[in-house]
Amino acid sequence: MAKKPVNFTLNGDARAAFAEDGQNLLEFLRRGVGDMSPKYGCGQGTCGACTVMIDGETQLSCLVLAEAVDGKEVRTASGLPSPALDPLQVAFMENFAAQCGYCTPGMLVSARALLDRNPRPSREEVIEAISGNLCRCTGYETIIQAILAVAEGRVRA
Amino acid sequence: MTSTVLTVATMGEAASAVAQGATFFAGGTIIMRDINAGTAAASLVRTTDPSLKQIRISGETVTLGAGVTMANILANRDLAFLHPVARLVGGPQVRNMGTVGGNLFAPHPYGDFAVALLALGARVVMAGQGGARPVDDLLRDGTRSPGLVAAVEFARPRSGTFGFLKVSRVKPKGVSVLSVSALLPREGGRIRGARVAWGAMGPRPQRGTSAERALEGQSLTAETMGRAAAAAAEGLNPETDAIATDWYRREVAGVHLRRMLEQMERG
Ligand SMILES: Cc1cc2nc3c(=O)[nH]c(=O)nc-3n(C[C@H](O)[C@H](O)[C@H](O)COP(=O)(O)OP(=O)(O)OC[C@H]3O[C@@H](n4cnc5c(N)ncnc54)[C@H](O)[C@@H]3O)c2cc1C
Ligand code: FES
Ligand code: FES
Repeated sequence: MAKKPVNFTLNGDARAAFAEDGQNLLEFLRRGVGDMSPKYGCGQGTCGACTVMIDGETQLSCLVLAEAVDGKEVRTASGLPSPALDPLQVAFMENFAAQCGYCTPGMLVSARALLDRNPRPSREEVIEAISGNLCRCTGYETIIQAILAVAEGRVRA
Repeated sequence: MTSTVLTVATMGEAASAVAQGATFFAGGTIIMRDINAGTAAASLVRTTDPSLKQIRISGETVTLGAGVTMANILANRDLAFLHPVARLVGGPQVRNMGTVGGNLFAPHPYGDFAVALLALGARVVMAGQGGARPVDDLLRDGTRSPGLVAAVEFARPRSGTFGFLKVSRVKPKGVSVLSVSALLPREGGRIRGARVAWGAMGPRPQRGTSAERALEGQSLTAETMGRAAAAAAEGLNPETDAIATDWYRREVAGVHLRRMLEQMERG
């Protein structure tokens, strides 16, 4: 099977790895590159656990061809600052926005993309921005509250 | 089975690969599921040709490259009349990925954007072929792609003549119970050249000919709306799926057609 070289940046660092023909970006990031932050939930585009940013846009890495990110900028939840945290991460903790945590990396990427584009979103805009991310635990309200807390400057980080 | 993916720089090369039997890979939101499941075609082709992503508006004619995404449409202020359509396709990630071209081949219950294109009387430009053919023909032919679609083109609707409504159970993101769209141009207050299109009311987006007949030549009064609503489901054979039964879809089609017409009337 043909292997294809993929040169891209992952959270700001230049990376190079080989993708299998037809391999999706989620598997490529987890198995090939070792970034475990995007999660496999459905492999069909319905859950959003695999959400990453590609050139600033949120996409579902399970439905992206790995080779298609050649020359592109990919950002994942592991690119959020550490050990000092992104205000969103602090807000998620303060607002109990994670229970099992499986949806959290995808939620954080969708929320970061929203705030990068629109630092003062309304509640409706927050709901819209995370509408492609399913959470089976929290009922969403705590997640919405966490994102709004950052938008309204109520989080110290 | 694993698929091989060929990446080419131009639309022309992609069109010849498709002509030789390769399946075109656009945004991937439908086809990548098959690749992940190992059920996709053996040979796929994608292109980095930027012309596929072009939006052109010259005079009254709008041309959307087949690779234009729902998010690209939402970012274009001149296409505001299409925003209520593009906004209701999937969630944010799907809108960043899913294309106009892919929507034309999306199986039931998808294809909401194609429903709007059908109502608008759009024409489909095939790569490497002269002229354009009505989107009606392409949709009638099913989900098998007849070659590479380069673009779709249509006349910008006059204000107040275009309507779209999508009914879904999960908000703000959910697949269609049904979607309906209409283009109702007026001459001297009377509807001339009515086009009504349905989504999820059959295997593919299709014209609502019975509703069109009820609207043609009339002014858009409550009475006309009532007649169109009563005729709405005639000739439609929707599917039963996890979202709704065929019976339910037929029952509510008229109600939603009337709501859309009322919305159009209010402006
Ligand atoms: C979670 C989720 C939610 C969704 N919700 C909706 C929704 O609400 N409404 C809706 O309408 N759809 C929905 N979809 C389906 C899909 O995202 C859209 O229909 C989208 O527009 C498909 O475009 P694509 O570029 O991703 O298609 P692809 O997957 O790339 O292609 C789909 C098919 O079209 C063919 N094709 C694509 N482009 C061309 C071309 N230029 N010429 C010839 N053939 C071509 C391909 O060969 C393939 O057979 C959803 C999908 C997911 C995963
Ligand atoms: S794993 Fe990608 S959307 Fe569920
Ligand atoms: S916290 Fe469990 S899915 Fe969201």
